[in-house]
Amino acid sequence: MTNTNAPILEIKNLSMVFGGLRAIDDVSLHIKKGEICALIGPNGAGKTTIFNCITGVYKPTEGSVAIQPGDGPAEHIHGLKPNIINRKGLARTFQNIRLFSNMTVLENVMIGRHNSLQAGIFKAIIRDRATREEEQRLIDESHEILKKMGLAMFINETARNLPYGAQRRLEIARALATDPFLLLLDEPVAGMNPHETKELEETINLIRDRENVTILLIEHDMSLVMNVSERIYVLDYGRLIAEGPPVEIKSNPEVIKAYLGE
Amino acid sequence: MIHKNLAKELAASALQMVWFIVLLFPFLVMKVSVTAGTALVRFRWGSLPAIAIVSFIASFAWGRALEWNSHRGDKEQKRTPLTPIKEAIAAALARKPIRRVVLLVLLAAVAVYPFALGMYHTNIMITALIYVILALGLNIVVGLGGLLNLGYAAFFAVGAYTYGLLWKFVGPSFVSAGIATGWLFWIALPIAGTIAVVFGILLSLPVLRLRGDYLAIITLAFGEIVRMVLQNSGPVTGGATGISLIPRPWLLGLKLPPKQAATYIYYIVIVLVILTIFVVRRIEDSRVGRALEAMREDEIACEAMGIDLVRNKLSTFALGAFWAGIAGVVLAAQTTYINPDSFTLWESIMVLMAIVIGGTGSIPGAIGGALLLKLLPEYFRPLAQYRILIYGVAMIVIIIFKPDGLFPRNRKKYTFDAQATEPQAGEAQK
Repeated sequence: MTNTNAPILEIKNLSMVFGGLRAIDDVSLHIKKGEICALIGPNGAGKTTIFNCITGVYKPTEGSVAIQPGDGPAEHIHGLKPNIINRKGLARTFQNIRLFSNMTVLENVMIGRHNSLQAGIFKAIIRDRATREEEQRLIDESHEILKKMGLAMFINETARNLPYGAQRRLEIARALATDPFLLLLDEPVAGMNPHETKELEETINLIRDRENVTILLIEHDMSLVMNVSERIYVLDYGRLIAEGPPVEIKSNPEVIKAYLGE
Repeated sequence: MIHKNLAKELAASALQMVWFIVLLFPFLVMKVSVTAGTALVRFRWGSLPAIAIVSFIASFAWGRALEWNSHRGDKEQKRTPLTPIKEAIAAALARKPIRRVVLLVLLAAVAVYPFALGMYHTNIMITALIYVILALGLNIVVGLGGLLNLGYAAFFAVGAYTYGLLWKFVGPSFVSAGIATGWLFWIALPIAGTIAVVFGILLSLPVLRLRGDYLAIITLAFGEIVRMVLQNSGPVTGGATGISLIPRPWLLGLKLPPKQAATYIYYIVIVLVILTIFVVRRIEDSRVGRALEAMREDEIACEAMGIDLVRNKLSTFALGAFWAGIAGVVLAAQTTYINPDSFTLWESIMVLMAIVIGGTGSIPGAIGGALLLKLLPEYFRPLAQYRILIYGVAMIVIIIFKPDGLFPRNRKKYTFDAQATEPQAGEAQK
């Protein structure tokens, strides 16, 4: 809290090799506390691979990923399992929506809060007072999150039956339910119409301002990226080709070349 | 338009008729009789028109049914004469006092069952109820956890053999010490449950990384391995002959004659079924149950939400195996005789089929499916030779027309007081 400029996520010399393909090549980047940062690049540039390395889906071939949410020393998280990394305060959404589609909206969020509870199998069977209170608290908290995300009216709806935009929001709600300090959004507005995009833009700002969650997002929708992010990293063929505020990125010849070709 | 469609459908049916004729020709038209070393082929041409007519009508009706099924969603709200009745029943059941009365009547019916219907029906019911326990247990693994387990009979065997071996090796010392051997049953229940859990965990360790088809094949192999080991460990397990004269449970140190013993086991198994339903329901509606379901829905997202998949899978298999172990003990006590043939792949498939027919992931589904699958064949003995055929047709029909099963699960709904500023909430209602 004392030093707002300290990076809460620092990636150093990260490389990821699949067979003969170098999907990520020596990428170093950092995210500062409280900022909204975007990671952009043409299709296949390795953006989602970076997310997967950060969140433990992949073990990076080389390099390190470290977090420093508080004042304590930085902690390396590369190579840990996804559930452990989530517990440390990194939550993500997925490019191709991965909701628990046969469960209700509320249950989806309740699962996000899984680790804020303790009850094991025996407690579940006995259902003592503490467990019942815990369960009630869970329901209330999850409801609260859904209200914030504007999904309160869908509570008992099966996730699969939600409109597309609401499904994307539910993914964010579910990720927020895990109490992260850093939220990784993988194409949050893909497939949304301009109106929905605008709404989500506000939501992203709200999440940062009210919940004090730092945000790293991958997005192809340039209007969103330019409006919402304070700093942008540009990735092409697994390498970082540019970094800076939106104004600079817009006029960066390397970036234009990467997007438009020569 | 309609004429054109009809003509198309009729043509398709005719084509299928031809196919059926070709397919069934060797079975229903040709008849080979071997006399004195020479084969004589007789052609029963008379059956040909019957095949033609039946297959034509059946294929036309099937096409129609599929057509109806695919458009069923469009007019979902359409009221049929049955709708008001259905709604009235649902409304009545939603009220607590009425639900209580219904439950009491059901319990009373269950309680007088053995006296009203006699030993024959009681024994059939016991077998069916053992399957209910199995189905409820497997439902945790397949229905909630989404892990296709084709070796479930192995845990059933572990339970039964735990009791059998206890009897074989500990029983004699009971007898010489003058302790009633009927107590063994009660000792065997928790031990069998525990050992089955151990086996469940043992099985889950190698399959942690697998899902879907691969998981199914490994569990299938596991089931067969357990059976083969039992069959080939003659000195210990009695090999293919199994273990016999296993004692039925006694009533407080009192040995019961077979008829009363059956009634007694019936009540024991009823209590066990109620216990199973109670426990499974509580698990389903809890943090643990939701984590299992999340794993079924999407493993990657589940892990990204901080859920430990390894632990989740271990507890899924352990929870499922426990009930199979319990059911095994009851089976051994009821039949007083066990051998490896009672625990073949077919048993695993039957339990799985019960779940699919009843409704995967649904408790009423598991109960209903198991009862249907076990009781109907007993009361339709004359059709016994078509049993597998009927199962197959039933499976296809249910998967196509009622994919959620006959008794699908009603997901829990939560209600919130919308007006309240602080969300007070939620009286959760089932």
